[in-house]
Amino acid sequence: MKVPIKLTVNGRSRESEVEARTLLVHYLRDELGLTGTKIGCDTSQCGACVVRMNGSTVKSCTCLAVQADGTEVTTIEGLAQDGNLHPVQEAFWNNHGLQCGYCTAGMIMTVTELLERNPNPSAEEVRAGLEGNICRCTGYHNIVKGTLAAAEAISSGAGGG
Amino acid sequence: MTTRIFGSGIRRREDPRLITGQASYTDDIKLAGLVHAAILRSPHGHARITGIDTSAAAAAPGVIAVYTGADTEGVLNPMPCAWVIPDSDVKAVAYPPIAKDVVRYVGDAVAVVVAEDRYQAEDALELINVDYEPLPTVINPEAALQEGAPQLHEDAPNNQAFHWVAAGGDTDDAFANADVVVRDTIIQQKLIPNAMEPRSAIASYVPAMGELTIWNTTQNPHIARFVTCLVTGIPEHKIRVIAPEVGGGFGAKIAVYAWEMVTAFCAMKLGRPVKWTETRSENYVSSTHGRDHVEYVEMAANSDGRVIGVRSVVYAGMGAYLSTAAPGIPTILHGLMYSGPYDIANIKADIYGVFTNSTPVEAYRGAGRPEATFLLERLMDLVAAEVGKDPVEVRRMNLIPKFENGHDVAIGLTYDSGDYEGVLNVALEHVNYDQLRHDQAHGREHGRLTGIGVSCYCEICGLGPSQVAGAVGFGGGLWESATVRFYATGKVNVFIGTSPHGQGEETTFAQIMSDELGVPVDDVEVIHGDTDTTPMGWGTYGSRTTVVGGGALALSARKIKDKAITLAAHLLEAAEADIEYEDGNFFVRGAPDNGKSIQEIALMANVAWNMPEGMEPGLEATTFYDPPNFSYPFGAHVAVVNVDPDNGHIVLERYVAVDDCGPQINPMIVEGQVHGGVVQGAGQALWEGAVYDDNGQLLTGSMLDYALPRAHLVPDIETLSTETPSPHNPLGVKGIGETGTIASTVTIYNAVIDALRPLGVTRLEMPLTPERVWRAIQEAGGHGHGHGHGHDHGHGHDHGHGHDHGHGH
Repeated sequence: MKVPIKLTVNGRSRESEVEARTLLVHYLRDELGLTGTKIGCDTSQCGACVVRMNGSTVKSCTCLAVQADGTEVTTIEGLAQDGNLHPVQEAFWNNHGLQCGYCTAGMIMTVTELLERNPNPSAEEVRAGLEGNICRCTGYHNIVKGTLAAAEAISSGAGGG
Repeated sequence: MTTRIFGSGIRRREDPRLITGQASYTDDIKLAGLVHAAILRSPHGHARITGIDTSAAAAAPGVIAVYTGADTEGVLNPMPCAWVIPDSDVKAVAYPPIAKDVVRYVGDAVAVVVAEDRYQAEDALELINVDYEPLPTVINPEAALQEGAPQLHEDAPNNQAFHWVAAGGDTDDAFANADVVVRDTIIQQKLIPNAMEPRSAIASYVPAMGELTIWNTTQNPHIARFVTCLVTGIPEHKIRVIAPEVGGGFGAKIAVYAWEMVTAFCAMKLGRPVKWTETRSENYVSSTHGRDHVEYVEMAANSDGRVIGVRSVVYAGMGAYLSTAAPGIPTILHGLMYSGPYDIANIKADIYGVFTNSTPVEAYRGAGRPEATFLLERLMDLVAAEVGKDPVEVRRMNLIPKFENGHDVAIGLTYDSGDYEGVLNVALEHVNYDQLRHDQAHGREHGRLTGIGVSCYCEICGLGPSQVAGAVGFGGGLWESATVRFYATGKVNVFIGTSPHGQGEETTFAQIMSDELGVPVDDVEVIHGDTDTTPMGWGTYGSRTTVVGGGALALSARKIKDKAITLAAHLLEAAEADIEYEDGNFFVRGAPDNGKSIQEIALMANVAWNMPEGMEPGLEATTFYDPPNFSYPFGAHVAVVNVDPDNGHIVLERYVAVDDCGPQINPMIVEGQVHGGVVQGAGQALWEGAVYDDNGQLLTGSMLDYALPRAHLVPDIETLSTETPSPHNPLGVKGIGETGTIASTVTIYNAVIDALRPLGVTRLEMPLTPERVWRAIQEAGGHGHGHGHGHDHGHGHDHGHGHDHGHGH
């Protein structure tokens, strides 16, 4: 049996009918074609699938599409505005905060929320905030560096570290 | 242009698509009419299949087909092993893509369901009834080799997959006459590589053309095409393999997997494109693992610490079948590296490859070399303790002196260039080693358990000369090719045979081009990962892409330059000998303002209105580059840890990596490779391990149970470098992709042992979990001897006692 849902994804209103068991990540990727959100595990550990839902970070592999009914969802595709990269995207680029890129969408979405909560985090606070996101390439070094650079760019109103 | 782009840490051109979600990995790709495959996998470590009933699954909603081993048998050939090392009695046992009679590990494929969507395919798997008659299992590679152990393959008695011995000098004599012999038993636990992108394949077959296309998360699409040809019987020129964006590999995407062949089989049977994507938990049992050695290792030295011999007996688990390159890893890439950066006259490596009821083993970042470095550096510390010297002092007196063009080591390799003491000095100076030791001693007086680990390493990569590849049984060449194509507009495509998947060669190769011919880096696009559009190459692994592929590219660029000089001379009505080149400008000596830019040359070559007699139109060059030697990066690493004696908890306080990979094309990318490798190696030392129970069940079967390094568990990595060019390739580069894991595991391990030595703990098994450390402290009684090597678990190469260091206990 299909369930009707209505939500806003990256500023655009969407109405769909989904199977009740459909995971949000599959809805985003398969129904809406927003494949920037990745699936890296099946136990809610890796964070590759993190999106923002009503501002909070959510692991979209551990959330049903029907739970997103009535919410506002932002994915990696919705982060850049008018062709301008979000400062976190820019800072990850400038600081080599990614290698294979697979964890990157989830990392960036997590960091955007982290910096909204704590605009001037210490390196230690950044590392603690990234506990739910696994990267196998960077050793986290440049992700932390990029996050700190993004914090500085955002607080100084510039476009990225 | 005055600044060399070679050597500049410019940001990566790969990144814009990756940070915006616009990159397409295999699972992101959709094709018209695409259907989805899911694979039923054995829940048993070893069992006979006595019956399969697929009727309920076949009738389930959305299901298009269900196939078993009976369907694929005779259609798909067995999976081949591509590295059959000579003189080693390699048992290339039959490896059916879908098991029909016997399953040999948890994860062995039993059936495949194809359905309209992924959910339906997964649902139907549960409706397949398989009758299994469980058989006894064996997981530990040493135990598997003993008389009476459960047998996996009829044609591999005692589960022996191969036996390989390499030696230089006379170890019997060295050990008989040594003042000091130290021993250890080292367990290189089985590891799960965990590239963040799980494996995935899409197969599409056009019957009218007989053409098969596979999108495949692979590190080596050309090898994948070759193996796909062998397994499916489709001729090689009718197969196209595309490696789109690939989300990391670390060795686990070298193997050509049965699952891709099964996906192709389904597409061919159904005439529809089929996608298969594994779940992470499926990845843990069905994608290849790494390491899995039980090692008995010994080092012989004079009383002053001068090392005169090293030898081993190693039981290397292969898992249930031989994966594509598996036999070469504990042998060629491990046993041949027992000299490391040291001058050791007598060396012997005695390696058994052994079948076990576990997931097949393949290369995993470093592949054999982390294990070799581990045993050398572990034994060096034991020698230092035995002769009562500082570990650094013992290393220093054994290092090979600086050399610039070739050094032969006892085991038969010729290293390219090295300054091992130089790199050690940089590391010691950076950490202020004497002060560190002073602080450590001071801390101990206050009960603080600080440990310092120092390691030197030299590794073999840049694989490698094809003649050597052939001599050591590698089923292919190890050359690379690169095509450079200038268009009339002056823009450039570079087509390469290697297949980077996170290492950033789209950027570094553009930098090479820019450096060689003065074109702006943004005018170069690097194309890779598609067998239809790129020239042949053997893939991205063994830190070979920049060394061998980059060499091919540099030589192609130099061919273009030669042609450009001839064309410029013609256009400028001058003699070729009078043409000079600088920063993309070709001019008559003394008249740089009146020259022809490379872009003008490209235009004139492409339109061909005015070519010299006999010159072909176009500005394009291809080079097939076969390096004359491997490359040998080296370095010295230092780790500082603190151990909490009350709970065994380890904090990695500092990690310093000093590496020499020759000239660095993009230092930012080099550092990134080191950061990642070091943390992966820390993972092996401290947290990671594939744990099996006695029945072959993988207890660490998901990311919940397999402990990967996380951001809050590791410090910033301090990276430094020296630059010793390799004389054996056009760019002098050495490779950096694996040095981190090669050095860091043992550096951290040695630091932890160093911390615990005052308590009498002198050996531990990895991963160094708090529980293991705490237990070791309790067993040692909390007060120690502070010398020697404590509990002697090693009995040399006497393997008749059947030591059981099972992974599952």
